[in-house]
Amino acid sequence: MKDILSELEDRRDAARLGGGQRRIDAQHGRGKLTARERIELLLDEDSFEEFDMFKAHRCTDFGMEEDRPAGDGVVTGWGTINGRMVYVFSQDFTVFGGSLSETHAEKICKIMDMAVQNGAPVIGINDSGGARIQEGVASLAGYAEVFQRNIMASGVVPQISVIMGPCAGGAVYSPAMTDFIFMVKDTSYMFVTGPDVVKTVTNEVVTAEELGGASTHTKKSSVADGAFENDVEALAEVRRLVDFLPLNNREKPPVRPFFDEPGRIEDSLDTLIPENPNSPYDMKELITKVADEGDFYEIQEDYAKNIITGFIRLEGQTVGVVANQPMVLAGCLDIDSSRKAARFVRFCDCFEIPILTLVDVPGFLPGTSQEYGGVIKHGAKLLFAYGEATVPKVTVITRKAYGGAYDVMASKHLRGDFNYAWPTAEIAVMGAKGATEIIHRADLGDAEKIAAHTADYEDRFANPFVAAEKGFIDEVIQPRSTRRRVSRAFASLRNKKLENPWKKHDNIPL
Amino acid sequence: MFDKILIANRGEIACRVIKTAQKMGIKTVAIYSDADKQALHVKMADEAIHIGPPPANQSYIVIDKVMEAIRTSGAQAVHPGYGFLSENSKFAEALAAEGVAFVGPPVGAIESMGDKITSKKIAQEAGVSTVPGYMGLIEDADEAVKISNQIGYPVMLKASAGGGGKGMRIAWNDEEAREGFQSSKNEAANSFGDDRIFIEKFVTQPRHIEIQVLCDAHGNGIYLGERECSIQRRNQKVVEEAPSPFLDEATRKAMGEQAVSLAQAVGYTSAGTVEFIVDGDKNFYFLEMNTRLQVEHPVTELITNVDLVEQMIRVANGEPLSIAQSDVKLNGWAIENRLYAEDPYRGFLPSIGRLSRYRPPAEVVEEGHIVRNDTGVYEGGEISMFYDPMIAKLCTWAPTRAEAIEHMRNALDGFELEGIGHNLPFLSAVMDHPIFISGDMTTAFIEEQYPDGFQGVELPADTLRRIAAASAAMHRVAEIRRTRVSGRMDNHERRVGGDWVVTLQGEEFAVKIAADPEGSTVEFADGTHKRVTSNWTPGDQLAELQVDGDALVLKVGKIPGGFRIRSRGADLKVHVRTPRQAELAALMPEKVAPDTSKLLLCPMPGLIVKVDVAVGDEVQEGQALCTVEAMKMENILRAEKKGVVSKVNATAGDSLAVDDVIIEFE
Repeated sequence: MKDILSELEDRRDAARLGGGQRRIDAQHGRGKLTARERIELLLDEDSFEEFDMFKAHRCTDFGMEEDRPAGDGVVTGWGTINGRMVYVFSQDFTVFGGSLSETHAEKICKIMDMAVQNGAPVIGINDSGGARIQEGVASLAGYAEVFQRNIMASGVVPQISVIMGPCAGGAVYSPAMTDFIFMVKDTSYMFVTGPDVVKTVTNEVVTAEELGGASTHTKKSSVADGAFENDVEALAEVRRLVDFLPLNNREKPPVRPFFDEPGRIEDSLDTLIPENPNSPYDMKELITKVADEGDFYEIQEDYAKNIITGFIRLEGQTVGVVANQPMVLAGCLDIDSSRKAARFVRFCDCFEIPILTLVDVPGFLPGTSQEYGGVIKHGAKLLFAYGEATVPKVTVITRKAYGGAYDVMASKHLRGDFNYAWPTAEIAVMGAKGATEIIHRADLGDAEKIAAHTADYEDRFANPFVAAEKGFIDEVIQPRSTRRRVSRAFASLRNKKLENPWKKHDNIPL
Repeated sequence: MFDKILIANRGEIACRVIKTAQKMGIKTVAIYSDADKQALHVKMADEAIHIGPPPANQSYIVIDKVMEAIRTSGAQAVHPGYGFLSENSKFAEALAAEGVAFVGPPVGAIESMGDKITSKKIAQEAGVSTVPGYMGLIEDADEAVKISNQIGYPVMLKASAGGGGKGMRIAWNDEEAREGFQSSKNEAANSFGDDRIFIEKFVTQPRHIEIQVLCDAHGNGIYLGERECSIQRRNQKVVEEAPSPFLDEATRKAMGEQAVSLAQAVGYTSAGTVEFIVDGDKNFYFLEMNTRLQVEHPVTELITNVDLVEQMIRVANGEPLSIAQSDVKLNGWAIENRLYAEDPYRGFLPSIGRLSRYRPPAEVVEEGHIVRNDTGVYEGGEISMFYDPMIAKLCTWAPTRAEAIEHMRNALDGFELEGIGHNLPFLSAVMDHPIFISGDMTTAFIEEQYPDGFQGVELPADTLRRIAAASAAMHRVAEIRRTRVSGRMDNHERRVGGDWVVTLQGEEFAVKIAADPEGSTVEFADGTHKRVTSNWTPGDQLAELQVDGDALVLKVGKIPGGFRIRSRGADLKVHVRTPRQAELAALMPEKVAPDTSKLLLCPMPGLIVKVDVAVGDEVQEGQALCTVEAMKMENILRAEKKGVVSKVNATAGDSLAVDDVIIEFE
């Protein structure tokens, strides 16, 4: 009997060694941790429960039957992050380069099915050379099985991908369909076709890092939502993100004890808006001064910086923030910022996360590159996302809300629950100068008259009161009391119930 | 007494004067430029009068505009503060002409002390010790050499009209005297339109020590001890203290008496300062007299308990001094640190912008402990490009110098300032510098101790341990809070342990925390303990702790996976991990910062106005490369060394963030 019990331990030890000490050392030598070490850092101490530790591949071609390591290159199971359940898979680069076989895929599918059934997020740690070539189409089928589950899980449980090594070819499409992708600088890359193929086909010479490194995907392509210095930092920050997210779409976002005053007055916000309407200011100051404890988890920080997206807490509860950033491109909307914010708004709406929108938008960015790029449809994505969202929506217009962009940014007309404006708000079709030149076209030659008309227009429209008279603004608030007003607004919306008409699904302009 | 007084100044000094006037029951009138509409002095004053556009030469120093404001407000007296019109005899004359009291000395005193050569002559006549030198007109370089030899090297050649280091040369031999004469003369002609040069003995191991005097219009004059102002950067004082750690009672008395006799020789009234240079053997020489209230006057107030502004107002009102020399007792020690909006890590580059966070330490007045903060700004206010970049004057007082320094260290640690670059870490570094602690500094202190600028601070072992213990205790509290999130799996909660590994400043400390309701006892691997107590809660940006009973104040921020902790001039990345996390973290490669020596990085967030070079251009050291507009200021970025442009990443109109790469060199 004792022998049988100890055999289990021997088998476990062998499985835990993955591809062997030599490959583990090589993995460390590349500045990377092993699949199991990563799980240790991701989950609470001793909380990991493994599945399929002994699962091995079934391939008999190319001599593969001689080498059937336990676990087949991926470690799967569940555990907790600060006591809350999550499912996890972590690809083991030391076993066949983390390549995906039919059985490897089965392991991932098993925990994804359980995650959806039991209502807990899935966190995938990707470190894989790609398909297991020896298995041919069986490997491809395995990918597709995973893809299908990503799709089914989307909007049911949060899915997070952490890219901690190679992720190339078909493999990229599983992370691509998850809610968030994080990368590790210098040791991870993602691309559909690698540098060699690129060179053969297009003659472009490019390194893997340039083609699909963390910098490329956080700054240029927007494929990734954030990048971290190393594995340890990345996993610590993923834990921090999970603290913001609900476990599934049937639950409210999490609440935790907070050490901040919901009614905290921030006098300095009274001077946030510069005297000169064309001067920028940093919208992040408003976000951190409104947030509990100044804590802000930014998503896509390095991409389309003219809009800011991320999570804060108010009275301990998660709130998604979308805010125009006047420091970049005057905070205007364009293709990239609309796409970025639209995806974020839809994530929040899927998971019942209330949305705070901070508006200072002079309009849409003009230009051929925008029109040729389809800003009409991309801008519509954000409009659509806000309009369909049924979560609590609180909007604060700090300064400009011009033209169509006013409508888009969670306006009252898009079922905004609370639409506040600071006294510095200007809600108008366009800036005073532009408007005057159209309305008083006849006086265009007369600079003096135009100046007078412009001043008139400013007096009439460069304020929040016209909109407030019409009820498009619920209340004009003092900047210093923004946190208190916004916190109370969300508090009053905790039992909000709003449903869209039944439909199979909508047809957002993708 | 006056009913209403106008303060012809801005910033902290205007606020300072308003405070005393309010205490005396006098109504106050502020003046302000467009840039100061929201300024603190405007908010504090009973009335405020707008006097023009932001540049001082179109507002604060335009005598007509100030006079107009005086007429409008009906103020009976004017306090000029320092700078601006404070030593402008024309302004004093204009006031006299309209019968408005000037809270300062008579016109004659301003005039005679305003010129370096005249003032030195008067000083000599009044029996004040002056630097040996030649006051006459020097014809040519030959004569300069001859005079230099008579005085004895080293000598200093100085422009008569000079100031701020311009037109100043030191010569150690004939050749340098010859060259120095010519270059000072040229510089003086260009800078001041007055090329008169004089030569004097160059004082070695010089200390800047000044005497505060106070005189009334009834022939009474007293001195209120000295201020040591040797810690200067490019002739700008940074740290001042009173008394001086260098003077003995006899020297103090001699200097004080000479200062008073000089003041009385020119019929001085009001508060004034006689500056001396003092050499290593306590020989002191008259430098100049400042006929106004000095920036650093609070240290004198703290050790004498005399409100200098009040005295100035009373003297201006014609009252005789109520204090005699025998009443002046120097009590304890006061230190002033000047907070400037200057980034010490970037060569003290002035920094302007919004104070997104401004929380000075609490002002304290208690037995053996005073903290005083003179400021003209507030959180949400602006440091503008138009005026002096001083943010605040932080002063501490205690019975002894060592205690005053310790209070200052804690006060600096507790000063929260964000949004702009500032010299807080540098000031902390000075407060911990052994030369400063010994009191044995000269005016060359900063130049000699920080020859390559300021690179931050390496904390000593014990301070590191104190911070490590505090960080571990704070981390544990923060982690426990994280386990209280909703949605937990009942009965399977995370338990936060007591074993932690703290890494900071390249060192690692394994600790074990035993917590109780009052605090945490942190045990180090070597068996030593530190007891940490505080009311810090997660998210607090300022942690005021007690470590083994001594105060430790930390500024706490977030970095990915850890804390950013600032204290004692250090800016630390601190990670607190479980032993297993630490073991894995140790496997992570050390990432070397990329070599930026061949890059032109954007020094501030701004807009590229123009790029002056193209790929392939060879540039010379000092050549303009591009212009970045930030806060409406055009900054020309120049080549630091010779090179060839290999890549230009920005074009006009691009808006860049700090450290974005603008140009790359081969």
